[in-house]
Amino acid sequence: MELSFSPQLQAFRAEARTWLDANVPDPALPSLDTAEGFALHRGWERKLNEGRWAMVPWPVEYGGRGANLIEWLVFEEEYYRAGAPLRVNQNGIFLLGPTLMEYGTPEQKARFLPKMASGEEIWAQGWSEPNAGSDMAAIRSTARREGDFFVLNGQKTWASRGAFADWLFGIFRTDPDSERHRGLTFILIPLDAPGVNVRPIAQLDGETGFAEVFFDEAKVHVENQLGDEGGGWKVAMATAGFERGLMLRSPARFQATAARLVELYREVGDSADPALRDAVGRAWTSAEAYCLNTYQTASRLIAGGSIGSEASLNKIFWSEMDVHMHETALSLLGARSQLLPHAPEAGNVGSWLDGFLFSLAGPIYAGTNEIQRNVIAERLLGLPR
Amino acid sequence: MDFTFSEDHAMFRDSVRGLLERECTPERVRTLWQPSDSPGSRVLWGKLAELGIFGMMAPENAGGLAMNEVDLVLPLIETGRAAFPGPVVECAAVAVPALRDLGDEALQELWLAGVASGDTILGFAHAANNLVADADVVDALLVGQGSELHLFPSDQLSLTHQPANDPGRRLFKVDVSSGSADTRIAGGQAASSLIADALDRGAFGTAAQLVGVAQQLVDIAVTYATQREQFGKPIGSFQAIKHALATVQVKIEFAKPLLYRAANSLATRADTRSADVSQAKAGAGEAATAAAKTSLQVHGAIGYTWECDLQIWMKRAWSLDLAWGSAAFHRGRVADAIIDGSSPARSFGFEAR
Ligand SMILES: Cc1cc2nc3c(=O)[nH]c(=O)nc-3n(C[C@H](O)[C@H](O)[C@H](O)COP(=O)(O)OP(=O)(O)OC[C@H]3O[C@@H](n4cnc5c(N)ncnc54)[C@H](O)[C@@H]3O)c2cc1C
Repeated sequence: MELSFSPQLQAFRAEARTWLDANVPDPALPSLDTAEGFALHRGWERKLNEGRWAMVPWPVEYGGRGANLIEWLVFEEEYYRAGAPLRVNQNGIFLLGPTLMEYGTPEQKARFLPKMASGEEIWAQGWSEPNAGSDMAAIRSTARREGDFFVLNGQKTWASRGAFADWLFGIFRTDPDSERHRGLTFILIPLDAPGVNVRPIAQLDGETGFAEVFFDEAKVHVENQLGDEGGGWKVAMATAGFERGLMLRSPARFQATAARLVELYREVGDSADPALRDAVGRAWTSAEAYCLNTYQTASRLIAGGSIGSEASLNKIFWSEMDVHMHETALSLLGARSQLLPHAPEAGNVGSWLDGFLFSLAGPIYAGTNEIQRNVIAERLLGLPR
Repeated sequence: MDFTFSEDHAMFRDSVRGLLERECTPERVRTLWQPSDSPGSRVLWGKLAELGIFGMMAPENAGGLAMNEVDLVLPLIETGRAAFPGPVVECAAVAVPALRDLGDEALQELWLAGVASGDTILGFAHAANNLVADADVVDALLVGQGSELHLFPSDQLSLTHQPANDPGRRLFKVDVSSGSADTRIAGGQAASSLIADALDRGAFGTAAQLVGVAQQLVDIAVTYATQREQFGKPIGSFQAIKHALATVQVKIEFAKPLLYRAANSLATRADTRSADVSQAKAGAGEAATAAAKTSLQVHGAIGYTWECDLQIWMKRAWSLDLAWGSAAFHRGRVADAIIDGSSPARSFGFEAR
């Protein structure tokens, strides 16, 4: 056990800090759930990539630095310290990217990864359908093979950032006689293909954060199949594992929130309920626990270990922590917390309300926390089905 | 940066676990509830000593292994998992390093040499605990009194037993009015810092045991829920049971890294060590008390009986949660450190602007 940062890591940290301090946009970019904000966030991804900071753990040939997971964590710490923008291409870089590295052909990797890293192609995730939410194996969207093409029909929904994205990955039923998780194929789809229709959906905050996507005899070349035909479930599970596992919610995000919460308490704490002092301490400890747990997992993976159903523990922990931290912030701000930032009396309410609303989606997306509890109970604890 | 334990650590943990599964069975633990059985407890203590736990932190010239909290944490978790009776934490994790740090070789020779072999049991009375656990089995008790540290050989101790909820952790009021220049082993700044370190180490060791207790409570409940049937199926197939146990497992899983980091902070004497220990103690206490409540609920009425072994760990969870500072005390220390600190609070790896 060695919990200090080596001189090499410190040098890497300093390099990232210098670059970020010089390049992070100020003032912050507008919300990425607007057309304008989306374009600006895409521009930021391009800039990150030019500095080779877009995906530090990726191999150099795809725009990365071949960094290990600990270095990636250090980069994320600096990223959140600098207050850099949300990653508009997170479905691509954090989820599809690692899946492509595992299941993609060399041609697919060369075709997709560099443009993913540069933000030239921004990805949406197409699992959910109107009748397939938690029960993802109930999907009905189909892909019919015709020569060198798949012909797609059906509907996906709740695709985050789908309103403005360029590509979508998802699983489709390629074997019409199949049931459940058999006969599904993982397919990559350009959202501007004929027969693909995207309809934006406004989220709780009124912005078009996700979209439904309709397929009406849409044609996609078979070279866009990822993994085996009929083997899409396995590939999708790998992607979902990345989502729950280490990458999607890096600890620094929550440590930054906890630090802001401490600042908020220092500002308004005198007039606040003393019980909130305890809540702030708990929030801080949770963020520390999550961070330390991630360093533990990263160390284990570097030493050749693997991560399986433990990912479900992470997902529950970070999502509940995020809700708790934002609830605490709203309590500290009192009734003013309900004001939108442009209200004349809003003062320092900042983005807490926004963050609160978004935190409430955490226990729902990436597999609801109820589903994660099923996984923990059955696969980690070994309780009967 | 490498947040893993070594192969040696894992092997040692496994051998401690193996020994305790064989020797520290619930039946054995119950027989030791009778005070008259304290010779029996010496036998059990001796077996653990043979593995080398008690002298781990003692200096080599006093028969020890000159190891630290990182080496001790996994074995301590195992002693919690087995509800091992006796002042393991107070001896191995508090009194031994206190005498090590005091550096008085004569005292070390007198008291530390026998600790490694299990012949000598040391305890530590700290103001954080107004009653002293297992004081009846110690050969000497270190006592932090104001800004002085005393050492009382057992024949100079006056103990009053206080029957309490956890029969495996007997509590005593200790009369230290006989303290004198003869019993005093440190004063002033040296004593104050030894006493402050004792609180951190006692809370750390207790947190480790609580993690073991918590996991054992979940494991017992899982076993029971797999066997017990109602409505024609194992109760463990009901989602209300699954989710309750999964919720506790999440708490345990995230108490562990706080604990391991606290071990490292103590071993390296990081200046954040007190707050780091407090985070670990509060987290472990919450995990263990949640595990106790949930495990009882999963058992139903059988869990509410004296016969059911569940009580061994439930009561240990409650008694340890309140030992060496309650969760509320430790959360208070954390809040003080992060909110009242003059500089911006620093989190592991992350530094706010
Ligand atoms: C902000 C946000 C972004 C999203 N982004 C995407 C995206 O980009 N791509 C995408 O494909 N999807 C996305 N989703 C959809 C998300 O994956 C689904 O909402 C999720 O899988 C749950 O499905 P559902 O909403 O249909 O709820 P349901 O499955 O209908 O569940 C409703 C409730 O029933 C519970 N429940 C269901 N089954 C069980 C069970 N077996 N045991 C216990 N409880 C159960 C659930 O836990 C939940 O509480 C997003 C959702 C949100 C909120």
